[in-house]
Amino acid sequence: MRRIISVLMENEPGALSRVIGLFSQRGYNIDTLTVAPTDDLTLSRLTLTTHGSDQVIEQITKNLNKLIDVVKVIDLTVGPHVEREIMLVKVKANDAQRAEINHCVDVFRGQIVDVNTNAYILQVVGSSDKNDAFIEAINYADILELVRSGVSGLARGEKILKV
Amino acid sequence: MELLSGGEIVIRALKDAGVKYLWGYPGGAALHIYDALFQQKDVEHILVRHEQGAVHAADGYSRSTGDVGAVLVTSGPGATNAITGIATAYMDSIPMVVISGQVPRDKIGQDAFQETDMVGISRPIVKHSFLVMDASEIAVVIAKAFYIAKTGRPGPVIVDIPKDVTAPDHRIPYEYPEKIKIRSYHPTTKGHAGQVKRAVKTLLAAKRPVIYSGGGAILGDASAELTELTKLLNFPITNTLMGLGAFPGTDPQFLGMLGMHGTVEANNAMHEADVIFAVGARFDDRVTNTPSKFCPSAKIIHIDVDPTSISKTVAIDIPIVGACSTVLRQMIEEVKASKETPDQDALSQWWSKINEWRERHGIYTQPRHEPSSGNIIKPQDVIRSLYRATKGDAFITSDVGQHQMFAAQYYLFDKPRRWINSGGLGTMGFGLPAAMGVQLAHPDAVVACVTGEGSIQMCIQELSTCLQYGFPIKIISLNNQALGMVRQWQDMQYSGRYSSSLYEDSLPDFVKLAESFGHIGMRVSNFDELDDKMAECFALKDRVVFMDINVDRNEHVYPMLIAPNGSMKDMKLSKTERT
Repeated sequence: MRRIISVLMENEPGALSRVIGLFSQRGYNIDTLTVAPTDDLTLSRLTLTTHGSDQVIEQITKNLNKLIDVVKVIDLTVGPHVEREIMLVKVKANDAQRAEINHCVDVFRGQIVDVNTNAYILQVVGSSDKNDAFIEAINYADILELVRSGVSGLARGEKILKV
Repeated sequence: MELLSGGEIVIRALKDAGVKYLWGYPGGAALHIYDALFQQKDVEHILVRHEQGAVHAADGYSRSTGDVGAVLVTSGPGATNAITGIATAYMDSIPMVVISGQVPRDKIGQDAFQETDMVGISRPIVKHSFLVMDASEIAVVIAKAFYIAKTGRPGPVIVDIPKDVTAPDHRIPYEYPEKIKIRSYHPTTKGHAGQVKRAVKTLLAAKRPVIYSGGGAILGDASAELTELTKLLNFPITNTLMGLGAFPGTDPQFLGMLGMHGTVEANNAMHEADVIFAVGARFDDRVTNTPSKFCPSAKIIHIDVDPTSISKTVAIDIPIVGACSTVLRQMIEEVKASKETPDQDALSQWWSKINEWRERHGIYTQPRHEPSSGNIIKPQDVIRSLYRATKGDAFITSDVGQHQMFAAQYYLFDKPRRWINSGGLGTMGFGLPAAMGVQLAHPDAVVACVTGEGSIQMCIQELSTCLQYGFPIKIISLNNQALGMVRQWQDMQYSGRYSSSLYEDSLPDFVKLAESFGHIGMRVSNFDELDDKMAECFALKDRVVFMDINVDRNEHVYPMLIAPNGSMKDMKLSKTERT
């Protein structure tokens, strides 16, 4: 099952490589990964999506907690949460195709963030599912390039991940 | 406040962390630190002959005392040579701090002379690591390294220090932190009270219980509590290879070691148990055999200081995270306070079943191998002879292979921290340098290294260190002129095709070799002289004695679990019999 695991860790050199190393060393999967400093600059927040049996996910969270640089770990998928991923898609866009692309972007509440004689850069923000659906919807167009940020997320309500 | 250079701070911080002995080998990037070492008397340095030896020696020192081992090596090859030792310590959770020199800060990443990314290369085999980028951080980092190494589940910690950070011309105030606090690191010691209650209730209701204790009971100094609880309950107990000595090996409640080369009574008891009580053990593949067939009818209680050990390979019914000694003490109190008592009828039936296995197949009720005679010396008899000569009270280190298993089976350890071997990583070459560490920590104790002609050659250079520092280690080498355990598997699974397990008359004369290092060599080729030579060896108290004992090369280690796909009760008992 797909899981979103959020990790609060020391914003120090080497901390990220320990997390990545743990996954490769123990044969766990990382599907997406995103990391940046938080409002407290001594801390980084890392969000990753992974999949595996309950037993594997339990080992992943326990092993993450065991890393000295890791302050806190939460599996966002166990409760209600918000997840977002930003996706940029460069598509071929000549005059004939533009109307249709514009329509599709509107439906997905995306934006056209760069316009060129022959190409658009489209921006879509949403859950991974939504972004997957957009790729399918825009498939008739000629996709030149595509980049996804990986998932970020927060638990809904009062549940927070803080020191 | 006192002004010290980075190099001086390293040594002073080691002293303030409680280090008396530092094992190491100098080189370019570590020279500032070595110069600081030269100018003081508090920390004594032992010069090994290869960095692997330094790490194993610090490891042996730690295993025999419980203190944190300390190592100093240079960058590049010094650091990479230490890697096998660090991995060995990591797999067996040995507390250790390894300080490695690094190229100067402005050279990092430039493929400088003797540069290697030590933090990167060691990452999967350390508990934690630090790269110190400023002299002002050295003292705090070293204090943190020792704190991390010895608390929670112990392990090796690396402190990598670029050469210019230790430069003598840059002097700064020195202060060793009194207390260490790491916001992201809080090991659990006390067991959850509710879980302790559940565990005790389950134990007291058990009809066929077994206590299965591992290296954690020794590392956590829980031997007294483990023994007290085992006696209180009158339960059978088995130890893992790493756990031998946590419960007295000569006590009738002890079933022997379990697992791959465990006793029939221990493995059968595990398989048929209704409650298994694991203490500081990690359900290693050499214990469980096929995990899906492991202990089919047992409820499992597991105490471990490391939450990741729990339900890693086998699902646990009652987990308790905490330090073994603390949790066992909680359990003893709980047992004493409980109105319930163990089911004596069920227990006595269980014990008669166990005693039946002992009578029928046990290696302690009668010898299960052919007797030695003349020039056929059975390796098992060498360990028995060693046991008699040392009255069962020596520190025994071992290398890896058949000799290790024979030693684990036939030398019955009554005390913890007496059996020093590389269980997890299985590192050949561990025994001799580890023995140096043990001997340094216990100068008046008898220290013997059980080895083979294969393993001993992997760190044989340390014979020179033994002479320099006067470590009177007794080397008991079971020479079967073959890589015995490899050969055993080739006999069993490869129709006797001895692919690269034989030396074809190329072995050195170990007696002369020992003599050339300034030690005493002895050869034993006849069983009739074994006991006398063994006595002679241990009478030479101040000398290293290398006993080259020609043992029967056709001997296999039994019992042996049948793998793959076997359970714990599927064992080979000899070349022809199985359970």
